[in-house]
Amino acid sequence: MMQRPGMIERLIRFITESPAAVAAFVATLGVLAAPVVGLAADSGGASAVAYRDVPGIGSRNLVWIVAQLHLLLAGFVLGVPIFAWLCEIVGWKSGEKRYDKLAKEFTKLLSSAYSTTALFGGILLFILIGAYPKLMAYLSDIFFPSFMVYCALFLLETATLYMYWYGWDAMSEGRSKVFHLVLGFLLNVFAFFIMIIPNSWATFQASPVVIAEGSDMARAWAATWNPTWWPVNIHRLIANVVLGGYICGAYAGIRYLSARTPEEREHYDWMGYVGNFIGVFGLLPLPFAGYWLMREIYQYNQQMGITLMGGFLSWLFILQAMLIGVLFIGSNYYFWMGITHRIPGSELRYRRPILAMLVILLLCLGVWMTPHSLVASLEEARKMGGTHHPLLGVFGVMSAKMTVSNLMILVTFMSFIMYWRAGKEDTATWAKLANAVMGGVLVIAGIVVVVLGVWGYFVPAIVRINYFSTSQVLLVIFVMVTITPLTALLLKSAKTTTEMVWGKMPPRAGYSLVLNAIMVILLMTLMGYARSSSRVHWHVYGVMRDSSQYAFSPALGYAAALMAANTFMFCLIVAFIFWVATMGDKAKNTHGGKEKSGDGHGALPAMAGGSQTLDKQI
Amino acid sequence: MGGSLVRPVLLILSMYVFLKFVVPNIPGSAPLPSSLIFLYLMLTTTGIVIFATLSRESKDAFFAPILNFLTGENIGAMQAARYGFLILFPLLVGWQTYGSTATSDAPPAENRTIHPAPPGEYTGLSNPVSKTPENIMQGKGFYAAFCSPCHGGKFDGKGPAARGFNPPPANFSDPTTIAMLQESYLFWRIKKGGVGLPIEGMPWKSAMPRWEVELPDEWIWKIIMGEYDGAHQSPRTWE
Repeated sequence: MMQRPGMIERLIRFITESPAAVAAFVATLGVLAAPVVGLAADSGGASAVAYRDVPGIGSRNLVWIVAQLHLLLAGFVLGVPIFAWLCEIVGWKSGEKRYDKLAKEFTKLLSSAYSTTALFGGILLFILIGAYPKLMAYLSDIFFPSFMVYCALFLLETATLYMYWYGWDAMSEGRSKVFHLVLGFLLNVFAFFIMIIPNSWATFQASPVVIAEGSDMARAWAATWNPTWWPVNIHRLIANVVLGGYICGAYAGIRYLSARTPEEREHYDWMGYVGNFIGVFGLLPLPFAGYWLMREIYQYNQQMGITLMGGFLSWLFILQAMLIGVLFIGSNYYFWMGITHRIPGSELRYRRPILAMLVILLLCLGVWMTPHSLVASLEEARKMGGTHHPLLGVFGVMSAKMTVSNLMILVTFMSFIMYWRAGKEDTATWAKLANAVMGGVLVIAGIVVVVLGVWGYFVPAIVRINYFSTSQVLLVIFVMVTITPLTALLLKSAKTTTEMVWGKMPPRAGYSLVLNAIMVILLMTLMGYARSSSRVHWHVYGVMRDSSQYAFSPALGYAAALMAANTFMFCLIVAFIFWVATMGDKAKNTHGGKEKSGDGHGALPAMAGGSQTLDKQI
Repeated sequence: MGGSLVRPVLLILSMYVFLKFVVPNIPGSAPLPSSLIFLYLMLTTTGIVIFATLSRESKDAFFAPILNFLTGENIGAMQAARYGFLILFPLLVGWQTYGSTATSDAPPAENRTIHPAPPGEYTGLSNPVSKTPENIMQGKGFYAAFCSPCHGGKFDGKGPAARGFNPPPANFSDPTTIAMLQESYLFWRIKKGGVGLPIEGMPWKSAMPRWEVELPDEWIWKIIMGEYDGAHQSPRTWE
């Protein structure tokens, strides 16, 4: 018997499926709240209140949690449209409907998450105005023009998303499809500007540019174009793609684990592959962008640079190495399992190259995770002659870290190339030459990256940073732009020896997709804390001091616990959003399934490989 | 039974032996702290599990002996070992729990920040003394008089007084020390000494004198130039 959805269910669906209404509501509140901030600055009484605390949890913790959740949601909402739109273009150009279906599925998740993001943005704004009135008055005084632009962009983004999502089926053919693609493009343009405007507020707090003269617009523009604005913009743009890709991968992984039919397994296996591919695609340039950001921070202010890279926050970068390492290994593991499970009979052929790649990845990760100052007991430190190990201490500095991160990127890229070529046989007459060129380029690039890394210890820091590290990055990019087109050309004439079979991945593949998503979320919470904490006791670095009761840096253990809590809460929110987003599908499937089978007994879900029937088929 | 487990176990044992007994005996090396050995062993184990679970066949071959041992199916002569494991495992957990909770007079592991952030007033400073051979030579002379007893005549942290200090004096010829820092950072550390360190740098752990009470700023800048030149290192710059 079909059940009618209840009042709460309908309300939830209205909120999640009507992002425009909610976003417009939040934007309106934002516009209305702006003069309130202005009033707070004008009135003598209001300016006396610099801080208000929230009992129990504390205002700083509350802002920390809400801001982090808002940022994670925003990262997802701004990252997904990029590859949803690209998928739609691929589907439109190639005529393959599955890409269009995939793009629509990505956008469905997006539309559901959009309103929640806006809600958290509104909540954050109210908490900031209430708990930090003096700081908000100061920021409003500088950034009021950009507040207005932001609100306008928000309305445009909402209207575009509304048309893009709800017009999908109506604009699926001919010229209307082209218009739909233009809408997707506009959606990304607005999303980009929606991201970079708040980035200017946050980066201003870390690297402020304050001018006393000029119009409001001139002051706002000077503050916006601060030294870390563009490094953060680029870093976040790439990170959002990574976050969106891996979360969509995790969604596909969970749907794959709970699939009831072989068709569902095939579809979600493929979607998981695409999600992982997008995540890896973004992950490859991410360390370069992070390196540039850290360089700009260090150059902007030595104190802030040392606090992050050598001071009390430096331990966060060991955690970061571990999380990135798990992410690299998890992504490669998924590629390798794809080879051994989707291409029958390929395991023996690829076992050795996979082992070699795994060993290189683990060696690199070992170097990346080795701290400069080691955790040692008094006795151990005495034996070492301090907390720096005389031999392995060299792994603890940037020359080694940059080298191994480049090598890990190279290995991951080659994992993908191997996956791409698996089950195919070259038939081109020039295949031998092409393979020799590709092998040569790869080996030479790997050797040069290591040589530059070792040489980096013997040259002035500026030579290493400006020339050696840049050369390493350029070499890795050169490998990618050489091998990718060569492989594509080879595959054009290649003979398929073994067809790729979708839906045959074991349950652990689904779990590895979920693990990758959790690693990315943890990474973003970790680095969000690092960026914010590097300001130490300043609201606006060197300009406005934090004089609240929370003007201290929390202990790393305490911060780690809060990061873990934020990650958990975000996962809960995402799970809730996805549950609501797929409610309609489930109802349709249940209804359709009943019509087909005639009985009411569906197979048990294959979660964790629990479905005997489906698992026997693989 | 258990043939597929022999190689992984041997690999982990070999890695342990290598880290614990081989690495410390490499010339110029020292024993590794247990935290680092644990980290590397965890990475090795992770690699083994990843490789073993790539395909269904390799996963079954890897886990079957473990599952058989735990369930007692077809293990033949290993039955006695299974009972031994049943008794030893809780004892091992108990020993570990006791070891981590029992009162000990050993000091806790150190988490000292060697290079904490300098105060804001030192971050924008540049060396006002021109880099001439005379000034560098003079700086080396001051270094020999004031710094070399601890930091060594060869700038390697092995001066005649070095053995009396824990933590030991910094080794300037190591490319991971002063080569990573700007001159202004060294100016702050020499001027303010150990007592001028912030809390995360544990001021009470450094015996570095507060040279501002004995040396004029110009001498300190010259010493910095002498240190970099003598240790064959260059300061971090942005140009």
